[in-house]
Amino acid sequence: MDTEEIVKDILTEDFQNVDSFKMDKIKHSVETESLTVAFNGREAISDVSIKIRGNAVTAIIGPSGCGKSTFLRSLNFMHDLTPGAKVTGTIKIHNKDINEYDITEVRRKVGMVFQKPNPFPTMSIYDNVVAGLIMNKRYKKSRLNEIVEKSLILAGLWEESKDRLKVSALALSGGQQQRLCIARTLAVDPEIILFDEPTSALDPISTSAIEETLTKLKKEYTIVIVTHNMQQAARVSDFTAYFFLGKLIELGKTRTIFTSPKEKLTEDYITGRFG
Amino acid sequence: MIDYYAKVSKTHASRRKIKSTIMLMACIIAAFIAILPLLYIFFYTTMQGASSLDLAFFTELPKPVGETGGGMANAIVGTFILVGLGSLIGIPVGLMAGIYVNEYSKSILANLVKFVTDVLSGIPSIIIGIFAYGVLVIPMQRFSALAGGFALGILMIPTITRTTEEMLKLVPHSLREAALALGIPRWKTTLRIVLRTASGGIITGILLAIARAAGETAPLLFTSFGNSFWASNLDEPIASIPVQIFNYAISPYEEWHRKAWAGAFVLICIVFIVSLIVRLATRNKYSQS
Repeated sequence: MDTEEIVKDILTEDFQNVDSFKMDKIKHSVETESLTVAFNGREAISDVSIKIRGNAVTAIIGPSGCGKSTFLRSLNFMHDLTPGAKVTGTIKIHNKDINEYDITEVRRKVGMVFQKPNPFPTMSIYDNVVAGLIMNKRYKKSRLNEIVEKSLILAGLWEESKDRLKVSALALSGGQQQRLCIARTLAVDPEIILFDEPTSALDPISTSAIEETLTKLKKEYTIVIVTHNMQQAARVSDFTAYFFLGKLIELGKTRTIFTSPKEKLTEDYITGRFG
Repeated sequence: MIDYYAKVSKTHASRRKIKSTIMLMACIIAAFIAILPLLYIFFYTTMQGASSLDLAFFTELPKPVGETGGGMANAIVGTFILVGLGSLIGIPVGLMAGIYVNEYSKSILANLVKFVTDVLSGIPSIIIGIFAYGVLVIPMQRFSALAGGFALGILMIPTITRTTEEMLKLVPHSLREAALALGIPRWKTTLRIVLRTASGGIITGILLAIARAAGETAPLLFTSFGNSFWASNLDEPIASIPVQIFNYAISPYEEWHRKAWAGAFVLICIVFIVSLIVRLATRNKYSQS
């Protein structure tokens, strides 16, 4: 059985029924072992061990302050900037410890889309998409044009922006700006893309456009999405992880988590008894 | 009963309206007081100065007492040289210090720099002139353009450092994160994303510093000193518009007073034109439509 078949298998079978042999065979894109992140000595997440599958969407849900974003941000060294942050435990990307990579290499492999659209305000749409490329090495103009078109198409923004690529990115609406941010992330060709509540600041139409994009992206990328919206988690994700008070409570197939979770805590949250 | 309430609310409303009008009037008056001296200076200088301007003012050297005509060509060029030298020192140092203070704000050195620039910006400019005199003029044994430029550069540093820091502070943290998440190294993020986003405000700060340096007289009195002729070298005394104005203004000659006014007018125009050119050259090239 090759990996692809096993992945398919897992997606169709019930998660709990997959035997350990199959589980070990799968290439995990991201893996953490007893990951702990503390800010000024206070632990935001503690002892999180999780395996995130490649070519699938994994949603992270949980009440506010449960450490979802903290977990996500630790995957591409975003805590580096925060004074007082301390990350312990191991993070592996493609079975290789994150510390063995160069920090900018990790960030190029692991893209991130943030909660609020944050295009570079002094740049055009075109320049925004190529920013991550041209600031690392030189590219041919024709190659850049190709990448811009490909990224914008994949992010679902090409039709709306192809005639005004040289216009300031701020001329776009909020939803379009967020899709531009996705295109910008795609342009550097990452393998894993982290989404930190990417639609919480957007209207329903933009939200569904982005959700559509997510589903398209899963063929080529590994996606981890933090969301407050449980319907969204149910709609777009293959796997769901439930965080509570800084701990990973349960990880499983989305269908299982939402219909018959193993943990009482998960069930309470899903059914809206708290949170 | 109903009438009573109507009455109360009516008087309340009118009282609020009166209060609002009074406050508005006070603000308008204050605004006028703020711009009045500025307009007065501008018009008075133009009136007094523009009439004494002729081509010779820009092309000829000052004439000795008693002779009519002549100009300030050497002082105009001198001011450009001095401000240019000052900018060479003030802009890079001020800019980089500002970046350091904001981007590495947790270090002790950054706080020290912040404190020192605050103190420095409060020091009278003549003291900075004395400093340049002690550091450059005494060892070199002569007044020089270099010493004048050095004094102006020191004068520019605190303004540029503080405005750079304030403007960088306004750049949202999310922009830095976005850039870093694309795998852009931190120094490039700072230079090409953060600095560029804040460039409008930083340029304003630099222009303010240049304008102030262009009009400084006190620190130049005993550094660049002044010169009635062309300076052929940077280690020679050099003329500058403010010092020339000062020398002409304290003289008893009517002709020189007129020249001083013309000099003041030219100085204002130079600052204005330089600001305009810099603004046009550095404005954002993308339209928002």
